[in-house]
Amino acid sequence: MSVALKDRSMVLQKEMIASHFARLEKAPENREPVVYTFVPGNLVELIRSFGALPVLPEINALQSGMRKLSGDYIAEAERLGHSEDVCAYVKCDIGMLRSGNIGPAGTKLPKPDLLLLSYTGCYTFMKWFELLREEYDCPAVFFHVPYQGDGVLEPEHREYMLRQLREQVIPALERATGRAYDEDALRERLALAAEAEDHLVAVLQSAKHKPSPIDGYFGTVYYVGPIFSAFRGTQEGVEYYRALREEIEERVAAGQGPVTPEGPLDNQKYRLVVEGPPSWTHFRDFWKMFADEGAVVVASTYTKVGGTYDFGFRHNPDDPLGTLADYCSGCYTNLNLPSRIDMLVRYIQEYEADGFVINSVKSCNSFSAGQLMILREVEKRTGIPGAFIESDLVDPRYFSTANIKNRLESYFQMIQARRAGREA
Amino acid sequence: MSCVVGIDLGSTTTKAVVLDEDGHVLGRGITNSRSNYDLAAAVARIEGFINARFGLIQQQLESTGSADSVGRLRRAFVMEQLLLQLRRLEQLLLEEVARSAPAGLKAPFADAIREICRRITEEEEKRFRQPPILRSDFFRDAAGSAFMRLAEEVADPAGVTFDRLIGAYDKCIIRAENEPIELDFRDHIDNALNRMGNPPGLADAVEYAASKDLTPATTVGTGYGRARLPFPKEQIRSEILCHGLGAHAMFPETRTVLDIGGQDTKAIQVDEQGIVTSFQMNDRCAAGCGRYLGYIADEMNLGLHELGPLAEQSRRHVKINSTCTVFAGAELRERLSLGEKREDILAGLHRAIVIRAMSLLARSGGVSDQFTFTGGVAKNPAAVRAIRELVQENYGERQLNISPDSIYTGALGAALFARRMVA
Repeated sequence: MSVALKDRSMVLQKEMIASHFARLEKAPENREPVVYTFVPGNLVELIRSFGALPVLPEINALQSGMRKLSGDYIAEAERLGHSEDVCAYVKCDIGMLRSGNIGPAGTKLPKPDLLLLSYTGCYTFMKWFELLREEYDCPAVFFHVPYQGDGVLEPEHREYMLRQLREQVIPALERATGRAYDEDALRERLALAAEAEDHLVAVLQSAKHKPSPIDGYFGTVYYVGPIFSAFRGTQEGVEYYRALREEIEERVAAGQGPVTPEGPLDNQKYRLVVEGPPSWTHFRDFWKMFADEGAVVVASTYTKVGGTYDFGFRHNPDDPLGTLADYCSGCYTNLNLPSRIDMLVRYIQEYEADGFVINSVKSCNSFSAGQLMILREVEKRTGIPGAFIESDLVDPRYFSTANIKNRLESYFQMIQARRAGREA
Repeated sequence: MSCVVGIDLGSTTTKAVVLDEDGHVLGRGITNSRSNYDLAAAVARIEGFINARFGLIQQQLESTGSADSVGRLRRAFVMEQLLLQLRRLEQLLLEEVARSAPAGLKAPFADAIREICRRITEEEEKRFRQPPILRSDFFRDAAGSAFMRLAEEVADPAGVTFDRLIGAYDKCIIRAENEPIELDFRDHIDNALNRMGNPPGLADAVEYAASKDLTPATTVGTGYGRARLPFPKEQIRSEILCHGLGAHAMFPETRTVLDIGGQDTKAIQVDEQGIVTSFQMNDRCAAGCGRYLGYIADEMNLGLHELGPLAEQSRRHVKINSTCTVFAGAELRERLSLGEKREDILAGLHRAIVIRAMSLLARSGGVSDQFTFTGGVAKNPAAVRAIRELVQENYGERQLNISPDSIYTGALGAALFARRMVA
């Protein structure tokens, strides 16, 4: 029964994505404007309110990684002169572009009418869109989200963002789409966003149950897919999350664990919190290393890069531009190290985790810088030892199966030895 | 007597430790890991039990007061093992010649092989009558260097050339090494005793040791090849946990352990019970691990054990930044071409390796008292000196523990886990 239920949300998601990419392919002939934007701080409700379709290059890059195409794309970009040290997402995207620009659904991606860059802590995003602007010779608009260096959003920061939205972003969207800003349309979309967010939070927090009905990292990257990409603020998005929530609630009622690629994980020996993005090229192998040991992830920070909802934030239709500013500034990549530490500590405590794992990716300094400090501090505050592993987002050359497996196995055995030691 | 076994399948060597019921070490065995982990594990284990039996002989003779002959008996035993392997290698070489040598060369080729093997046997017999010298116990090393040297003498530039001889050797040594053959205590102890003239006290002790029932209650495996071991999952432990526990058993006050092995470096923190509380290891790049020193030794045409002592003669530091194993040769040649002395370069290389390890130590939580250094590299005096200096500079006074048996730390930890399973 759980298989059939699981299928429902997955099938729904598959259909949504396929139809979105089919629509994107036809966008030029249907004269639908296309706006490229990044996941953290994406203003997708605003984009949609102008009747434009969003394209998210990181999602395409990670999909290429999962489909084992990223190695070739990266090689292509390196042939063009991008160094080995450049973020692998960027190289994967550039390589895909130069190899015919066929997206994850096997359809051709349209050219952007506008590059909308929300700057939320990733400097590379700026360089990435500079490269795309060069490739496509199209307009770009920059939305600067102030970094939460002191851990709070000051009123003047918010005002600064509102001014940019009014004076830069909205006019750029108007020019690119030929439509006028319609605040009511935006409000409608924000209301849909908030509804989906409620359902998502219920799904995320279901991991507080024992056994956890979801995997809060490997499984949840699928769950956050629609809301992090094109479907926040859409009716399909709401329906997807409602269906997903129902499935998960049924799993809770039945006392079932998540379904991993290796089958159901009901016997959960370790509850973990994970920091950092997964390795997309070895996603299944990586998940299997956890599942084989009976480890379930109960919460993760990576699943908050496209928005942090579980501490109460919801998009607010009554304050349409203000809420966009609040949303952007709260994205995980825009948080300072103490805030990230607080979040991890909170997750470990609230989800009653036995341990936490940091996957430090070579590509992403925004994520990786400071992670060892995070590790030590979280260990100190929770008394729980952490594990540290290293890989990459989509560059298959940086995934060493033996090395990562060795570290993870050692870590699980270490938790077990500590348990035995405590009991003795 | 009930016992337990720990096996550490490393990338370079495979080690076994046999513990008795009280957790005392009965015997240790080591062999090169070769390309066949299963066999390496079997050989190390057999060696462990052989040494356990020699330990029993020693115990037996200590009570009667004539322990000196045990060392000689041990050498006789090792020689018997070596001669058996040599005969097998000779057989394989002759088969290879019969199969693939050109028709006109078959007879002289076979003669050359027989001659080389005869001379190796002669040398070994002679060596046995002389005081022992330090050399590698691995058949590949002992037979390989002798074969190489004697092939040069026997080779005929116009017929069976040196290259042909070495080519045949390279082909056959892999097979010889990867075939299971009888190396066990029972197989050779009688011949070894005969060689000694069957002294009565010794013969009785041998009989006592041989008849002792050493049945392992359980075995736990660790190390890179652990997945190859035919054990259920519960009998496999991570080498990080094993090194932590092994170091704790050797030095109970240990809180920080550094292990520099063939292809990885591990910095481990343990609590007062030897339970790992934190660890860091190198990422997928093996720069600065033991294998790096292996390449350097090859480049310099030196034995691995000669590197440290040579580096110790250095009078000035050469700063080396790259510890990339792939570029080790290039780096070395570059330095030599700049006129740097070999010993100074080597001292710099050792320091570079240790600096890399220091970074892992820092990441794992620093160096606490006491600090135990394990793994093959802990046998290298230049590495030890660099560790001592850098720990002192960065963390102040720390007691540095290095056991002469440090290479067995992981296997000892595995054996201790095995013991806990039995208990």
